Amino acid sequence: MSTQTETILELENVTAGYGKIVALNGISLTVKTGAMVTLLGANGAGKTTTLKTISGLVRVSGGAVRFESADITQIPAHEIARRGLVHVPEGRHVLRGLSVRENLELGAFTVKDPALRHKRMKEVFELFPVLEKRQHGDGSLLSGGEQQMLAIGRALMHGPRLLLLDEPSMGLAPKLVIETMRIAKQLSEAGTTILLVEQNARLALKLAHYGYVLESGHICMEGEAATLRVDKSIVQAYLGE
Amino acid sequence: MSVLNIFLQQLVNGLVLGSFYALVALGYTMIFGVVKLLNFAHGDIYMVGGFIGFLVLSVIAPIVGPGWTGVAVSMVVAMIAVGFLGVVIQRVAYQPMLNAPRLSILITALAVSLVLQNSVLTLTHGQYQPMGADLGFGDINLGMLFVSYNQMILVGTAAALMIGLELFVSRTQYGRAMRAISIDKDMCRLMGINVTAVIAVTFFIGSALATAAGTMAGAYYGSIWYFMGFLIGIKAFTAAVIGGIGSIPGAMLGGLILGLLESFGTQIPGIGSEWKDVFSFAVLILMLVLKPTGLLGKSEQERM
Repeated sequence: MSTQTETILELENVTAGYGKIVALNGISLTVKTGAMVTLLGANGAGKTTTLKTISGLVRVSGGAVRFESADITQIPAHEIARRGLVHVPEGRHVLRGLSVRENLELGAFTVKDPALRHKRMKEVFELFPVLEKRQHGDGSLLSGGEQQMLAIGRALMHGPRLLLLDEPSMGLAPKLVIETMRIAKQLSEAGTTILLVEQNARLALKLAHYGYVLESGHICMEGEAATLRVDKSIVQAYLGE
Repeated sequence: MSVLNIFLQQLVNGLVLGSFYALVALGYTMIFGVVKLLNFAHGDIYMVGGFIGFLVLSVIAPIVGPGWTGVAVSMVVAMIAVGFLGVVIQRVAYQPMLNAPRLSILITALAVSLVLQNSVLTLTHGQYQPMGADLGFGDINLGMLFVSYNQMILVGTAAALMIGLELFVSRTQYGRAMRAISIDKDMCRLMGINVTAVIAVTFFIGSALATAAGTMAGAYYGSIWYFMGFLIGIKAFTAAVIGGIGSIPGAMLGGLILGLLESFGTQIPGIGSEWKDVFSFAVLILMLVLKPTGLLGKSEQERM
């Protein structure tokens, strides 16, 4: 695949923190266009913070973040989203009090063309028929799995070129975890580049092309997903047994 | 006058009063929604709105006359001007305080209130200023009920503004964004919404609505003065709490309820009109004790 050689996202020695607490201690990683890359690590290793620094929610204190070769290190979050880098945060963040449809409409906030919004909404409804059925209901009254679909559907309304997925399977029943991963795979195969943070390392490594392992704010290991899957230390630390 | 007659007349009076309360309460509740600030300067925005409306009217009255045409034009011009003033106040006074503790921004709002009041006090030497509007006295006789044209125009204008606001909030992307921001700012930023810009729009609309009320109140009651925003500010706060602070339909409902309550309350035998504030604030206290979330307010329940 020739597109795989192009870099869509690059982090170079990124440091970030909350107040005096350092959360990221010099992270460097690369995501190729069209790839699915996963970020593994224990709780508190800095996976969520890494995604937040990429999407602009957490300020970068050192190093550089580049998206499609443009430096986005100091750019406000809403501008980054406008460029097609869309972050689906941990916990889904469905907007309570707004209907499913309104949640989706807002996902396309930067899309000014109503025809394109309409087309994307149809695509999302095809992917998640349950959202169409419940489009007029309050988004926060959906089940956990449906809320995750809404969160992903809302991101797709944007027409993302890079999708950051943070723990999409968190709190879901095993069957829904598989379903969520199937959707991630489907999106990836349709051409969306994905950076996936996932607690279920076994599943993540099965889907992804490449993986990074985080440990207390820095990357301690990286490699092809197939290689990481059989790596002894990874198996012991994250895959159990 | 028969009892029914008095009832209908007070209904109209209550609607007029309630329209003013509702227009000011809307700004209170919208601003609380997006920045979680009880903007205690909001009543003074109403007052400044009245004065800007007066200034515009005194310029254009010789051309278009001091009737409703003049008042309408003054109102629209003042709404735009004071709308921008609201945005400037937000940028200068509140924006730097958004991440500070709640109490700091509340104190800032009180300071803004004092600045606005004292600026107008200095400029007007604390005198009542005749508005200079001449609305006439025509009315319609609906059998038992007299409704003046002025009252109809007032209530009609307020209703039109509120319907416009409701359409904006429910039908447009910016309106949806405004509601979304009151729920989850970070998620809004991830969706590409410029939160700062939406907050500015909210202050603009809130200030413009208060100005509409201020200009109309000046024209209807005849005069304005620097302290006229104090009481209505607190009443509007009461209305917002009755309806459920943060809820836009709640502010409209709360304003109308408060207006009707005051106009009917003063009809109870042995109770004069000087008691009307007692009614309002008794209701505020009752509401805070019995149903702090208000009539249409949602309780802050987190669902994972």
